[in-house]
Amino acid sequence: MDTLIAQLQRQFRDYTISLYHQGFLDDQFTELKKLQDECSPDFVAEVVTLFFEDCEKLISNMARALDQTGNVDFKLVGSSVHQLKGSSSSVGAKRVKGLCITLKECCDSQNYEGCVRCLQQVDIEYKTLKAKLQDLFNLEQQIVQAGGRIPQVDI
Amino acid sequence: MATEGTEKTKSTEVKKKLNVLIVDDDPLNCRLHEMIIKTIGGISQTAKNGEEAVILHRGGASFDLILMDKEMPERDGVSTTKKLREMKVTSMIVGVTSLADQEEERKAFMEAGLNHCLEKPLTKAKILPLINHLLGA
Repeated sequence: MDTLIAQLQRQFRDYTISLYHQGFLDDQFTELKKLQDECSPDFVAEVVTLFFEDCEKLISNMARALDQTGNVDFKLVGSSVHQLKGSSSSVGAKRVKGLCITLKECCDSQNYEGCVRCLQQVDIEYKTLKAKLQDLFNLEQQIVQAGGRIPQVDI
Repeated sequence: MATEGTEKTKSTEVKKKLNVLIVDDDPLNCRLHEMIIKTIGGISQTAKNGEEAVILHRGGASFDLILMDKEMPERDGVSTTKKLREMKVTSMIVGVTSLADQEEERKAFMEAGLNHCLEKPLTKAKILPLINHLLGA
């Protein structure tokens, strides 16, 4: 059992480090982890869930606005991407935030094709992050179920 | 018996907990700020826009600290801050802005009556010096 726990903890550590090194997460995610405690053991998962709900809603709003070819409300797209940039910044979703910055620039210059391309990338990126964080939370669960503790990972 | 917002210390002196109002339309930011305040040892309430914050104050609520988002529906942060100061609210009001906000926008927000302005995302490290200053005052 100890070997299993050690193995899982190693996997968790390596996976967490890879998420930072590959640019999926930044220091703000570390800040969220620091806030989590025994009284709020699901805080990170809760906040991350809110983020992904924001992603779905705002991406859908932007896609609908961009569908109105010839009559695109760039102000609406801009306001939605501004909100999404804020949310991604709050959870440490580094790649999503970066793409939001690019999308905002396309929006400000009313570059329709740029907006469409960027939005597709934002959609792919948030779904990729969602899957990766789910894997991370699954690893945490496996460690706890095996009787181990979640290791602190210094980035 | 300890009342809401207070706790008894061993010396029987009632220690007041910092009472914070979080004014933000984004549930994610509300949750994050709530948690930061909790880890600092404060208690918080949220208003999902400026209008709700004004209504709370009209109803007699008062807070040590108000974290005020800038962009909100119904009533934004600038208008809310001005209104609260007109209502003689003396709480410390800290504006929460985003990096994309222009310097003029930030200046207008400060001039509405803020004590301080912080950039999102808020962290414990950003807010603690202000809390210490508030508790020390």
